[in-house]
Amino acid sequence: MRITPKTAFFVSLFALVLTKTTAMEAATALVADLSRDHIEITTSFSGTRLLLFGATEGVGDVVVVVRGPNRREVIRKKERVLGIWINREAVTFGGVPGYYFQASTRPLSQIASKNILSKHRIGTARLVLKPLDGTSPALANNYRSALLRLKQDHGLYTVPSFPIKITGGRLFRAELVFPSNVPTGIYAAEIYLFQNGRPVSISRKTLTVRKAGIEATIFEFAHQHSAIYGIFAILVALFAGWLAGVIFRKV
Amino acid sequence: MDLYFPIAEMSLNAPMLFGLGTGVGILSGMFGVGGGFLMTPLLIFIGVPPAVAVGTEANQVVAASVSGALAHWRRGNVDIKMGVVILIGGFIGSTFGVGIFTRLRNLGHIDVVIALFYVTFLGIVGVLMVTESVRAWLNSRNPTASRRRLHQHTWMHGLPFKIRFRRSKLYISALMPLSIGIFVGILSAIMGVGGGFIMVPAMIYLLGMPTSLVVGTSLFQIIFVTANVTFLQSVQNQTVDIILALLLVVGSVIGAQIGTVLGAKLRGEQLRALLGLIVLAVGLRVAYDLVAMPSELYSFAVSGGH
Repeated sequence: MRITPKTAFFVSLFALVLTKTTAMEAATALVADLSRDHIEITTSFSGTRLLLFGATEGVGDVVVVVRGPNRREVIRKKERVLGIWINREAVTFGGVPGYYFQASTRPLSQIASKNILSKHRIGTARLVLKPLDGTSPALANNYRSALLRLKQDHGLYTVPSFPIKITGGRLFRAELVFPSNVPTGIYAAEIYLFQNGRPVSISRKTLTVRKAGIEATIFEFAHQHSAIYGIFAILVALFAGWLAGVIFRKV
Repeated sequence: MDLYFPIAEMSLNAPMLFGLGTGVGILSGMFGVGGGFLMTPLLIFIGVPPAVAVGTEANQVVAASVSGALAHWRRGNVDIKMGVVILIGGFIGSTFGVGIFTRLRNLGHIDVVIALFYVTFLGIVGVLMVTESVRAWLNSRNPTASRRRLHQHTWMHGLPFKIRFRRSKLYISALMPLSIGIFVGILSAIMGVGGGFIMVPAMIYLLGMPTSLVVGTSLFQIIFVTANVTFLQSVQNQTVDIILALLLVVGSVIGAQIGTVLGAKLRGEQLRALLGLIVLAVGLRVAYDLVAMPSELYSFAVSGGH
């Protein structure tokens, strides 16, 4: 979206990372960073993109996982009752990441075994989502796949893909896409270097998503001082209505 | 230009919303209706969560009815005593209504209930408007047709707690305006409307109030009932988006001025038939969404924290 003007900036950063890697080559096989460490949801926010970039020794595969803060999620299912579709049953899941992005240089199945991937919870298929209300596993499974599908539809979970390209045998980059409904909180980015099916190096970064400016003020006010917010909303409306009456009185 | 709305928690196209406000404002100026009963379903159609659409619209109706009520107040078209009795009912009804709203929202049924209320009332009002204007049109071609009597004695006039309303020249039971107030208050809470489209005919046909006082008195009490709904929705559900409400207010205020000018140039029955058809079309669309098989049967509930 708004990345092109910044390309020059990133090129210099890449160069920096490159020299850093050469210096520490023996210690770490992987260096990575995010183009920004925070996202601010302001009035003009309509989703954003972030660049995750880094350098490796060049051997192996890079896998990137970015997780949003865990939350409780209730999934409801509609059924037809007397001709209309209404919500009937619901299943509550705990520990659901609010956002999940995963990308890699090759399909995951070619990079590591299922056990290793499960251990690091790489890929939406290996997320541990447990129903909190004692729903039978068979039923919960339908809801679990519905949860993953809904998150994808909302643009919050990325469809499994492998868009990471390693250029020049060393540098890699991945583009993270955040929709306008991105949840707020602390995000964790994990960048793995896999060699022969095992992670040999992991780099961790955090990312903060927060509401900022007038948006943050209004949201917090509405939730923490809701009575005053309500009175304020009424006063603003009364004033706006009165003002409109005065302005158009002579028209 | 997209704007991020803090309570709806989504970004929406600001000029489009402004246009929506102006469009509904034009209709409300032309027909002298509040417009909340069109705006709320339209907001839901463009993706605003139904609960937020209802809470925000209640807030917008406060602003819309203030300017209208002030104009009627200056001309002395408000029966305060009647307004206050209806208002007491309105407070009871809307407080009860927001309570039901909150419970239904927690159970996950609020979207369907909002839609059912809209289908019912848009259907009834739309059909009444269209038939009324067709009848008026026929009568104008056949002037010998009988006129409806304005004041008829029914069982309602035997109710206790009779009060004299000097301004309206009525001596009726307080229970009648009170129960109209309660009923419209519940509608106001669940649909995010002022309820003028129910209140006005009820005041004319059930109470027998003089037509000149009806609109002003209705708007007078709508200010307070929708203010109560705004307050209670803010406290119980945090579903009032002040930014969205303001944007719609500005659009609808401008639209209402255009609509008033347009309305003066067009013929009454045709206008009423047109509004009736618009109301029916919106009602049918809401009904379709209720019965059509959804493309996705599963959905997220209102997020219950972390």
